[in-house]
Amino acid sequence: MQTLYSPNTLIIYLTSRDFNLIARMLEDYILQAFLPQINYLLYHRDSEVDNPSIPFEFNEANKKRIEALLKIYPEGHKRGAMIPLLDLAQRQHGWLPISAMHKVAEILNVPRMRVYEVATFYTMFNRRPMGKYHVQICTCTPCWLRDSDSIVEAVTKATNCKVGEMSADKLFTVSEVECLGACANAPMFQVNDDYYNYNEDLTPETATTIINALKKGERPPPGPQNSPRFAADPASGLTSLTSPPPGPGFGVRSDL
Amino acid sequence: MLRLPVIKLTAGLQNGRIPVARLHITSSKLQQELVEVFIDDKPVQVPPGTTVLQAAAKVGVEIPRFCYHERLAVAGNCRMCLVEIEKQIKPVAACAMPVMKGWRVKTNSDLTRKAREGVMEFLLVNHPLDCPICDQGGECDLQDQSMAFGSDRSRFVDINYTGKRAVEDKDIGPLIKTIMTRCIHCTRCIRFASEVAGIDDLGTTGRGNDMQVGTYVEKMFLSELSGNIIDLCPVGALTSKPYAFVARPWETRRTDSIDVLDAVGSNIVISHRTNEVLRILPREINEEWLSDKARFSCDGLKRQRLITPMIKINGKLEAVEWEDALVATARAIQDIAPNKCAAIAGKLVDAEALVALKDLVNRLGGEVLATEQSFPKEGAGIDIRSNYVLNNTIAAVEEADVVLLIGTNPRYEAPLVNTRLRKGYIHGEQTIGLIGPNVDLTYDYEVSIKPDNTLHLGQSADIVTQLRNGTHSFSNTLKSAKKPLIILGVDQLTRKDGAKILSETQLLAQALGENTKAPEEWKVLNILHTRASQVAALDVGYSSTVEEVKEQQPKVLFLLGADDANIKREDFPNTCIIYIGSHGDEGASIADVILPGAAYTEKVATYVNTEGRSQQTCAAITPPGMARPDWKIIRALSEICGVRLPYDDLAEVRSRLEEIAPHLVRYGVVESANYFAQALELSKQVPGCLSSNPLEVKQETLDQFFMTDAISRASQTMAKCVQAVIKQRESNL
Repeated sequence: MQTLYSPNTLIIYLTSRDFNLIARMLEDYILQAFLPQINYLLYHRDSEVDNPSIPFEFNEANKKRIEALLKIYPEGHKRGAMIPLLDLAQRQHGWLPISAMHKVAEILNVPRMRVYEVATFYTMFNRRPMGKYHVQICTCTPCWLRDSDSIVEAVTKATNCKVGEMSADKLFTVSEVECLGACANAPMFQVNDDYYNYNEDLTPETATTIINALKKGERPPPGPQNSPRFAADPASGLTSLTSPPPGPGFGVRSDL
Repeated sequence: MLRLPVIKLTAGLQNGRIPVARLHITSSKLQQELVEVFIDDKPVQVPPGTTVLQAAAKVGVEIPRFCYHERLAVAGNCRMCLVEIEKQIKPVAACAMPVMKGWRVKTNSDLTRKAREGVMEFLLVNHPLDCPICDQGGECDLQDQSMAFGSDRSRFVDINYTGKRAVEDKDIGPLIKTIMTRCIHCTRCIRFASEVAGIDDLGTTGRGNDMQVGTYVEKMFLSELSGNIIDLCPVGALTSKPYAFVARPWETRRTDSIDVLDAVGSNIVISHRTNEVLRILPREINEEWLSDKARFSCDGLKRQRLITPMIKINGKLEAVEWEDALVATARAIQDIAPNKCAAIAGKLVDAEALVALKDLVNRLGGEVLATEQSFPKEGAGIDIRSNYVLNNTIAAVEEADVVLLIGTNPRYEAPLVNTRLRKGYIHGEQTIGLIGPNVDLTYDYEVSIKPDNTLHLGQSADIVTQLRNGTHSFSNTLKSAKKPLIILGVDQLTRKDGAKILSETQLLAQALGENTKAPEEWKVLNILHTRASQVAALDVGYSSTVEEVKEQQPKVLFLLGADDANIKREDFPNTCIIYIGSHGDEGASIADVILPGAAYTEKVATYVNTEGRSQQTCAAITPPGMARPDWKIIRALSEICGVRLPYDDLAEVRSRLEEIAPHLVRYGVVESANYFAQALELSKQVPGCLSSNPLEVKQETLDQFFMTDAISRASQTMAKCVQAVIKQRESNL
């Protein structure tokens, strides 16, 4: 009860002080945030869509990119290109099947296990089929304090898809992620990997609107959803940097 | 790829991973540069680059560790070896930190103790409390070190919560049982697999608290050395499947002995209880490694055994008493004409039995004493010992800079020689050429960047001649070598042109030997044997071949454990075949009389390994049923035949051994062979020419490795391994 070893002991710590409600919320948070992803993280099981007998080949454009990428790395260190190559494979295929890992191992001439290690280490390599839109909802502390749970609920309802799973129409994959670095605009989620596709300052309503727009094939404007706020500007208007920046020579002695 | 030459040269003495590189540095240079450090105020002089842990070991202070292993690369990830160093704020990992001049290391200070207790606590918080049902119990590093270095009380209060970290078990074959929840992520098994075994199938998946050690895909750990990761595992995550729930270490008795399933003569410890061999472990001699066949085929010692003497009555073998069997045998031998008696010695036979049988056959007027594996008689034949031993010793193999393998697959014929080659290849810039089929030697396909680094020269025998003439592309490499080494597979000598191959190899070895500036004791010519009994048999004079025995059509034929002689009953229509051996295998099935002998775990016996080192097995258990040590059977038989052999106990047999070949009883010593020049002169007279048939090896793939003799053929574990390998081959992973 004294030292916080793991989330599990943390729960006990709180329960002992009768914060039962918080404890339950925390526990749910832990289960939801980790379990679905852990289960698919750590080993491979053959399935119809993902097994080594399904061939994988890079397309011509990517082959040229690979050639260029490999040139960056000196002889004997070609395995440095592993992450770029895996990323190319994922972009081409939508997700990273085991055959793609084998292909990368073959190109780099490294044992397959070394590729598995990298692909499982990085959470942005998705080793299961993904929807067209990967909705990553931040449930880290600042977002969670700003009620990201309601966003999760709204998104799962709008997409008809549980956290960690893909919707039946193959449009959406919803996952909970750790901090995406937009705490000033919490709560937020990210759709696919376009950095500017943050859809920030969400409410359950705006979240639902965005999802519905995506369903129609539209691309809702990224950025804060409570206009006229721009990016991470203060919500009540600028409090600093209100005037244009001074030009060159500002504050410099005239005789210099 | 592990082999990074530039890093290797600059790294020098960074850590304990480059023992070969270390050998090249002269000791005088090291002495000049010693640095003084203080371990618990005890001064110690060590070469720069020595780690804190090694320096501490030098003054007898053992620092606890899990991930560090002296034969593997340093990982530094378990943090158990944290120690305090004076004037440093944080404790440092002793296994990875090279010492600096004047450091005062405190291995037992408050800070050190607190660090260890902290690490131990973190390890135990995720470790299951299943010691009572864990096979590692009693020989577990985690148990021992938590007793010695852990906190004396637990802060783990979460006894009712069931969400402790749990990890799915992996299926990596019929030999290794995995309980991955027990894993503490020391990564020793991963490092062994990639550095020593050369099978990069183990690794870590996931990250952080969810990291797992495993194969990611379902795949068997396809190595002939896989059992070693059981020894390496400091906890009970990897345990022996055949030995699961069999015994606790404190219940067993341990007997030091020698492995006879290949010709390396690995030193082993036989763990046994109530006259039953439970498991076999390596001793520290063979770099602590042991091949899977040596380790796991011990269940073959309990199956297919011959436990009573048998006589063929009306075409059927019937169990009889010793007296009847010996009398029946003596009757067959009675009044035998001179030279109508022969013997064939098998691959697991000890020198005592070989000598006793030779004496008996000679006394009966027979001269044809054959080994299953023939050795060419042309040239010097077996008269000059340098013709048939691994002259340069196994340990020195790793020092060679260019190795030429001729018609051998050391990976399966002698796995521990292959680990030396791989070590030389990875750490010592060794270039390896192979004449023979394109087999996977673990250091072949590893060469990812320059696929021609390990040169597969071809499969034809006349490449040896080309290499000598300088007409082959590899000959320049070979000639510029400082320490060249030729390893000739003994199977090639059984070919029709075997004598010529040996002769050509000798010529090549001599040409290379003259050319290089290698020290005088460096021997270029080496023969790699596959049979434990072969060198001793050749030493005591078993010079004939099975073909000669067939030609001679003896009236009485002794099969001394000869199960691989490739003979049929039809070859000997009028011969009384007497089989002396431990297992009911090929030889026993064609015998008229069976005299049950002892297996290598049941007798004190002498074996000579491929480098000519005489070693003795010790009797861990007694032979089953009425079986007896082989030489005693022969001695008893001789008395009934009326040609009593003049020895009554082991000491007397051994003095007879000493009469024939004194080195046979100088245990543990390599008797180096000589007369290379004379052997060469004689071999020049060998007639004939090289045949154009490609050189073949008997064991090309892993499934051919497991069952090669009577003991391993009787082993269920080995049978499972063969099946598992074949199944894995069908998989596309």
